[in-house]
Amino acid sequence: MKKRYILTFPPKIVEVPLIYHLIKNYDVKINILKADVAPDEEGHLLIEMEGDNKNINKSIDYINKLEVIIKPIENTIRFEQSKCIHCGACTAVCFAEALAINPNSWELIFEPEKCVVCKLCIKACPLKLFDFNFE
Amino acid sequence: MRNKKTYEEINEKIKKGEAVVLTAEEVTVMAKEMTVAEIAREVDVVTTATFGPMCSSGAFINFGHSEPPIRMEKITLNDVPVFSGLAAVDAYIGATEVSTYDEKYGGAHIIEELIAGKDVLLKAWGKGTDCYPRQQIETHINKDTVNEIFMFNPRNSYQNYGAACNSSKKIKFTYMGVLLPNLGNITYSTSGELSPLINDPELRTIGIGTKIFLCGAEGYVIWNGTQFNTGVQKNNFGIPYKGGATLSVIGDLKKMSENFIKAVYYENYGVSLFVGIGIPIPILDEDMANFVTISNNKIHTTIFDYGLYDKPEIAKVTYAELKTGKIKLFNKEVRTAPLSSLKKAREIAETLKNWILSGDFTLTKPVSALPDNIKINKLKSDEEILE
Repeated sequence: MKKRYILTFPPKIVEVPLIYHLIKNYDVKINILKADVAPDEEGHLLIEMEGDNKNINKSIDYINKLEVIIKPIENTIRFEQSKCIHCGACTAVCFAEALAINPNSWELIFEPEKCVVCKLCIKACPLKLFDFNFE
Repeated sequence: MRNKKTYEEINEKIKKGEAVVLTAEEVTVMAKEMTVAEIAREVDVVTTATFGPMCSSGAFINFGHSEPPIRMEKITLNDVPVFSGLAAVDAYIGATEVSTYDEKYGGAHIIEELIAGKDVLLKAWGKGTDCYPRQQIETHINKDTVNEIFMFNPRNSYQNYGAACNSSKKIKFTYMGVLLPNLGNITYSTSGELSPLINDPELRTIGIGTKIFLCGAEGYVIWNGTQFNTGVQKNNFGIPYKGGATLSVIGDLKKMSENFIKAVYYENYGVSLFVGIGIPIPILDEDMANFVTISNNKIHTTIFDYGLYDKPEIAKVTYAELKTGKIKLFNKEVRTAPLSSLKKAREIAETLKNWILSGDFTLTKPVSALPDNIKINKLKSDEEILE
């Protein structure tokens, strides 16, 4: 299983080598896609975890015990899909290809699990249908 | 030649429910297996459509007279200024005008809300005259309380439109969307082979008086659009490499549907309006049959570099290439993205097709042709003129 999560750290946890523990203790592959971490400040990480289900669930339990908030990436993105007119302007800036136009139906396809939280879609969408809880 | 038809013959078939009507995409597929002569014989009407941002749009409105009456000299609708220099209670809502308080909300939103049947706050002021003593009014209006409200768009439905990229080192926020630096992406805005004026490149059937689909209602072509340009170089299939013809259109806003209009805001640029237009093309002869079967691999556009102030042309590509999602530019693979909605354009072409098939919508022969010899002028400052 491969899945993307957003982690939000309270300032006191920032210095815990969390990723090291995840890899060493739970044998999960971690890919850090975006990081915003500074001493004494709330930190944010976008990670992709790859491993078997059991180990990923154990990793999530461990993270939760540390008072770090962990959310699947799709829960942090707001997209008002019902209002979309399928113009495609957002696909111009989405290099993660989470946003793409279906070449047959010309409908917008949104796959949040591919998102890397670059947030360019917020500015590119002329209807302002995107937002993130990742500050 | 037997493959010729008149408007009258086509309309007769429409009324009898016998007309063969296809969308421009459907007829292009058909052309892979049929000759132009066969298509001219078999097909009566081809529907075309576009749903894209068209900034030069707006609506005339007459609010009706209050008691006592007011000569409205300054007017806002939901705090968006509207043009009031027209008699006492006439006004023009310009799509790109913005609210005093919110740069992301403007005339386009007012138009969309009025079409949707919503109430809009009207505030108006006048100096007060002997015949119009009132000096101020504040009230709510909607499309049923006002007298006339008709969309009148000075420039819609560009025949073709240049694609955009950005060679500079800075991200550019434009009406062609967000252009990433170092040729990071290319945007284009057309429905290509489905686009109205691409299917009648010589404007033989689209002219003043042509009845069209405008935002879900019947509308008309009333003039050439502004910036109409017949001087653009054409490719081997008669399609201009950029811009070209445009249309000025009109229609009753009270009959329009919010499903075929959308107010938008382009970051750091401003408000615009997606307008849904569908135009039927009568297949009068083999030449028209040939035009409507021109496919995206035979329709070119020009890529302009919005990273430089004078937006130089940097390449020519076909829409078939752009629609693959990436093209090669200076040996670099560059992502491409549309800005106009082909999905909605298809819905419009299909809706117009069904109107014609049901016998409700017949074709009109233009009262007068659009101009065949207009080039666009540049605006020069006094300093340039004196040089």
